[in-house]
Amino acid sequence: MTLPKIPLGDWVDTFVDFLQVQLEPLFDLIRDGIGGFVEFIVWILSSVPAAILIILFTALMLWVSKWTNAVFTAVGLLLIYNLGYWDGTIDTLALVLTSVVISIIIGVPIGIWISQNDTARNIITPILDFMQTMPAFVYLIPAILFFGIGMVPGIIASVIFAMPPTIRLTNLGIRQVPEDLIEAANAFGSTTKQKLFKVQLPLATPTIMAGVNQSVMLSLSMVVIASLVGAPGLGADVYRAVTQIKVGIGFEAGLAIVILAIVLDRISQNIGMKKQK
Amino acid sequence: MSDAKIEVRNVTKVFGKSPQQGVKMLNEGLSKKQILEKTGMTVGVNKASFEVRSGEIFVIMGLSGSGKSTLVRMFNRLIDPTDGQVLIDGQDIVKMKPNELREVRRSKISMVFQRFALFPHRTVLSNTEYGLEVKGSDRKQQREKALEALKLVGLEGYENSYPSELSGGMQQRVGLARALANDPDVLLMDEAFSALDPLIRKDMQNELLELQEKMEKTIIFITHDLDEALRIGDRIALMKDGSIVQVGTPEEILMNPANDYVERFVEDVDLSKVLTAAHVMKRPEKILADRGLRVALQIMKDAGISSLYIVDKKQKLVGAITAQDAADALKKNQKIEDIMIRDLQTVTPDTLISDMFEQVATASLPVAVIDEEERLKGIIVRGAILAALAGDDIQLNGNEVK
Repeated sequence: MTLPKIPLGDWVDTFVDFLQVQLEPLFDLIRDGIGGFVEFIVWILSSVPAAILIILFTALMLWVSKWTNAVFTAVGLLLIYNLGYWDGTIDTLALVLTSVVISIIIGVPIGIWISQNDTARNIITPILDFMQTMPAFVYLIPAILFFGIGMVPGIIASVIFAMPPTIRLTNLGIRQVPEDLIEAANAFGSTTKQKLFKVQLPLATPTIMAGVNQSVMLSLSMVVIASLVGAPGLGADVYRAVTQIKVGIGFEAGLAIVILAIVLDRISQNIGMKKQK
Repeated sequence: MSDAKIEVRNVTKVFGKSPQQGVKMLNEGLSKKQILEKTGMTVGVNKASFEVRSGEIFVIMGLSGSGKSTLVRMFNRLIDPTDGQVLIDGQDIVKMKPNELREVRRSKISMVFQRFALFPHRTVLSNTEYGLEVKGSDRKQQREKALEALKLVGLEGYENSYPSELSGGMQQRVGLARALANDPDVLLMDEAFSALDPLIRKDMQNELLELQEKMEKTIIFITHDLDEALRIGDRIALMKDGSIVQVGTPEEILMNPANDYVERFVEDVDLSKVLTAAHVMKRPEKILADRGLRVALQIMKDAGISSLYIVDKKQKLVGAITAQDAADALKKNQKIEDIMIRDLQTVTPDTLISDMFEQVATASLPVAVIDEEERLKGIIVRGAILAALAGDDIQLNGNEVK
């Protein structure tokens, strides 16, 4: 006796087809919006001479972190420039920044929401688990269908994969605010909004920033995958090196990603710490 | 309703799945223990009823788990009562809508917390301003009132510090300033001094009493420390297992315990830690130094005493002489200054008896009681201490036990 296979795949196909047709105007709007934003960032970053950008990054690092990190930033970025991966780095940086900005814009409010509402939390948490454990490649398929190829589907896939930590840690940060401070806020007659903005969010900021830092790192980890759908940048260089079996180029592009990752990690980590002081 | 600021009527809190059922069971006469066994629900507060008068320090005292913290949180509804009424100025807090409740919390009733509950990301000043800030009052006025409150608790100059930079005692002063800044009628103090070490705690108690003399707020003070309750309470409510066991002045509770529980509770009270020098001191015989030895001897003879205290024109204690020395000196034509004992044992009026045993035991003359300006207020003889500790009310100078 054999049970017929449940046509789960067919259902998903049908559902995606349905969305593609019904929500086309919405997808177009999202594509244009995100595409415009990325292009804008790329335009800004590439219209500034590389030397100045490197100085700005080094100065930023010096401000938020130790001087050793600043030296690393200067040397690392100069190395990237020297190896000829500057344009790729800018594309990748734009992709990561856009993904993170979207993750924050969507993730922080959701995090706040599920911190206030247990039912919402119970519904959202498994969705977050799903988003993080589903192989990231899978998101590429509907992303292509909805948004075509290029930067935008790469960003969408990155956001889906990178947003959960921001949501989770926003929720955690707010829930971790000590009970007696909440009592104090209530005892002085705060409204829910006052309590949120004057007490909970400021105290949750370091935790939220840790979430943002995680989102930065996760979206960086998506750059090679995003290049599969045509997103330009260092990921594309790595991908090309793999398909053409060019170890040298692969190493150079990979190293550039590592340097960028370390720089972004130290900056986003220390901004949170700095604010806490 | 005379001068009752707060009336608590049958206030009950049951924690658990169906609190209303718990209330019903209480009404049927079941005990807290029976309800816990039958339903798994915990009775936090069991039909508490009492009045708090305007301008008094009302202490709610009980061991941990007696429901006192739950009870005080129902005054400003940080915890909602399951049943009963809490009337503040005749208005039932329990029935208030959220916005009305918020208004009461903002203007009428403030709270000081056991673990201070200061906002760590805000400076001392901005912590103090919090209540005014959520009320949305004028910025400049906020600052003025907050600075005033900080001055009141002696924290001038610390406005821009962060709570983590301050000691426990200072942090709680900030907590107090924050509560005072929006000038509430009622102050709820939940074990406010329990997290402080004993010496600081005593200082804070004294300061609270001093502040209270100026402010005349209605203060509800929660504590598990009977000594603290006796020191600062105008009246005390004793709680056990969620019920109020006795309400009365410290003296009533000490002298007429309502039942075995209270009696057992207070029998261990070390009276020497409750009574102070002011309670047991006697009127001193004193003389100005320039009056001369003859007069001094005459006074001692008339009063039937063997020593005399010498004060200056401002009543400041300068020394003492004994009758024997005075008689000898008179023969040698000496003056009071020549024979005066300058090295005297002294205490202040608020020194606890327990703190002066050694001085009293070793001093050859009665120990002198002097105030901050070193003025002689009284003397302490050994017999008076023994009588007071034996529970002889007559020895207490008519001072209420505080």
